[in-house]
Amino acid sequence: MLLRYILRRILIMVPTLLVTSALIFTVMELPPSDYFETLQAEMAAQGEHADTSRIEFLKREYGFDRPPVERYFRWIGGFVRGDFGYSFEYEMPVRDLVGERLGLTILVSFSTILLTWLVAFPIGIYSATHPYSWGDYGLTFVGLLGIAVPHFLLALITMYFANVWFGLSIGGLMDPIYFNEPMSWAKVQSILAHLWIPVIIIGAGGTGTMVRAIRANLLDELQKQYYVTAKAKGLPPGKALVKYPLRMSLNFFVSNIGDILPTVVSGSELTAVVLSLQTTGPLLLRALQSQDMYLAGSFLLFLSCLTVIGVLISDIALAFLDPRIRLQGGSLK
Amino acid sequence: MSATTHSLPPPGAPLDHFVDDAPFDPYATEPMTKAQERIYLASQLTLMWWKFKRHRLAVVSGLFLAVLYASILISEFLAPYNYTERHTDFIRSPPQAVHLFHDGNFIGPFTYGLTYTLDMEKLRRNYTEDTSRIYPVRFFCRGDSYRFWGLVEGNLHLVCPGEGGTLFVLGTDRLGRDMLSRLIYGARISLTIGLIGISVSFGLGIIIGGLAGYYGGWFDLLTQRAIEVVQSLPHIPLWLALSSVMPPTWSPLLVYFGITIILGLMDWTGLARAVRSKLLSLREDDYVVAAQLMGAKTPRIVFRHLVPGFMSHLIAMATIAIPSMILGETALSFLGLGLRPPITSWGVMLNEAQNINIVVLYPWLILPVVPVIAVILAFNFLGDGLRDAADPYR
Repeated sequence: MLLRYILRRILIMVPTLLVTSALIFTVMELPPSDYFETLQAEMAAQGEHADTSRIEFLKREYGFDRPPVERYFRWIGGFVRGDFGYSFEYEMPVRDLVGERLGLTILVSFSTILLTWLVAFPIGIYSATHPYSWGDYGLTFVGLLGIAVPHFLLALITMYFANVWFGLSIGGLMDPIYFNEPMSWAKVQSILAHLWIPVIIIGAGGTGTMVRAIRANLLDELQKQYYVTAKAKGLPPGKALVKYPLRMSLNFFVSNIGDILPTVVSGSELTAVVLSLQTTGPLLLRALQSQDMYLAGSFLLFLSCLTVIGVLISDIALAFLDPRIRLQGGSLK
Repeated sequence: MSATTHSLPPPGAPLDHFVDDAPFDPYATEPMTKAQERIYLASQLTLMWWKFKRHRLAVVSGLFLAVLYASILISEFLAPYNYTERHTDFIRSPPQAVHLFHDGNFIGPFTYGLTYTLDMEKLRRNYTEDTSRIYPVRFFCRGDSYRFWGLVEGNLHLVCPGEGGTLFVLGTDRLGRDMLSRLIYGARISLTIGLIGISVSFGLGIIIGGLAGYYGGWFDLLTQRAIEVVQSLPHIPLWLALSSVMPPTWSPLLVYFGITIILGLMDWTGLARAVRSKLLSLREDDYVVAAQLMGAKTPRIVFRHLVPGFMSHLIAMATIAIPSMILGETALSFLGLGLRPPITSWGVMLNEAQNINIVVLYPWLILPVVPVIAVILAFNFLGDGLRDAADPYR
């Protein structure tokens, strides 16, 4: 039953990703000019003799003389085979450019979610079990502040105070010497030393949202009769809380991953630009500015895949946790 | 005989029983107090208003936002300077203090003159207060000229610097423009972009969600998949992609509308979902059947009879969604892909504070953060209050 549910869920993923990719491709096709025209204009501006035959050759090479639909299928076909196209600007395959950066994006995103859980869960429980207390108000306010301060500002402010108070210059996800080097213990150490700052910055907003959601959910459960009954028949408060209401609200907690992941990825992109992390953010921004279509499109598609897979994981975890979903075997919402 | 009182009347004659002359009053046994009566007779809106008033933080936030939105109507009058006015003698001047006393004598609000020296060693501009020159601040005065809403010529300001003096309460930027004035002007763009953006997504959400919920079938299925796709996309990268698509030849105003539409296009899913699920439960109700039997067309049923029923709930949801729009604009402009000068918004202003060196040297350039955070907090509190007020079960 569970297996069938998971299979079904994976099958649904395929059309979703197809539509997403078509959407991204359309967005990339929208600009009236393309990279070659920009290149031609740039060459002309620099006084170089615009070599039309070379540009014609490049256009043919990348299939830009074909209709967009055909190019889309070539792009997607390549994607499946692990060929993500060619970056015009960097003049190298997108795969080589993306490789490590994407891994780091995944690392940052998942560490952020982990931190969000570790922080939000206890705080949410505390707030719900001590509603309208000073602690609750204080924590709610801090959480709201986390939501209200844009990621990039938090990054800027952190950088500012790190500089003023400690004389540190933070930024990057590792010491520059390690980037694009093979994995080593020193590199791992360097990454770990740098990782916590962006993770805290990106996690702030998500943590605030999650604390509020957990609090609201648990508070609802705590008012229900089964909890009153559990307490009335003499269950110790801690056990009464953990055994029933907490389990109920856990359900929501897991399904929230799906909502939180796009936010985390979005936030990490922005933070990455400010902190100049070696993740996808800065490169994506650059690619978008120069209309390096394959690079930008592949990045976007990767990020979307990341969230779609994250949602899949959360759905499967939910099916494990909640027998009702497993037995229905249907859609979740 | 005793039978006279209990005997039946002759056939055909009415039974004699007691009838009270007073009009019927169902609550006669348990008369309602005036206070209770008020609650029972109050309209839905009045009830919501009462509930909302109890949420003090929400009321304060609402007032704060109302004042801010009112201020954008008269930005030109409130700002001490015209936001494009460059004071080339005072480039990156730090915030200037407004004093009340000079040598122990009360003068009223005034500023000291600024003396500028160039530190050749560090190549930094230094500004020191020259306490010998005193410039009392003027009120309701003639200052920089402006075009009110780009239409009417004027030069009346709420406050102006003293004659020959300066009044840079929040400092100046790299072109010597007054930060406070730019903040006041920037509110006009930053605050409206959230409202227009939410109107776009509100419209889309209600129409798409309404049709999906009411018709069901294949349209519903398609909508649900579309919502899933849009929700699984990370917003900011896609916003970036969409705004980089806008041709650089567009006028700033066109870019402004482009950005609002981009922000709105990604945000309708939550509302559409809420509308859909509400409609699914409501469309089986008797009053809908009645409307159908009377020959009402579907759009009329949905938008005239069903949607108003949960409009308050939707408005509360929309209020909570506005901050993400404002943040989105700020983020886009901060990265240089959103609004472009000469349009001034808080995000555009922050774009100048992108570099850590600048932030350390001229920290007042990140001041636009303060209104951004305040507005977003206020919208959150207001939205919370509205949501609680609109929820009949609380």
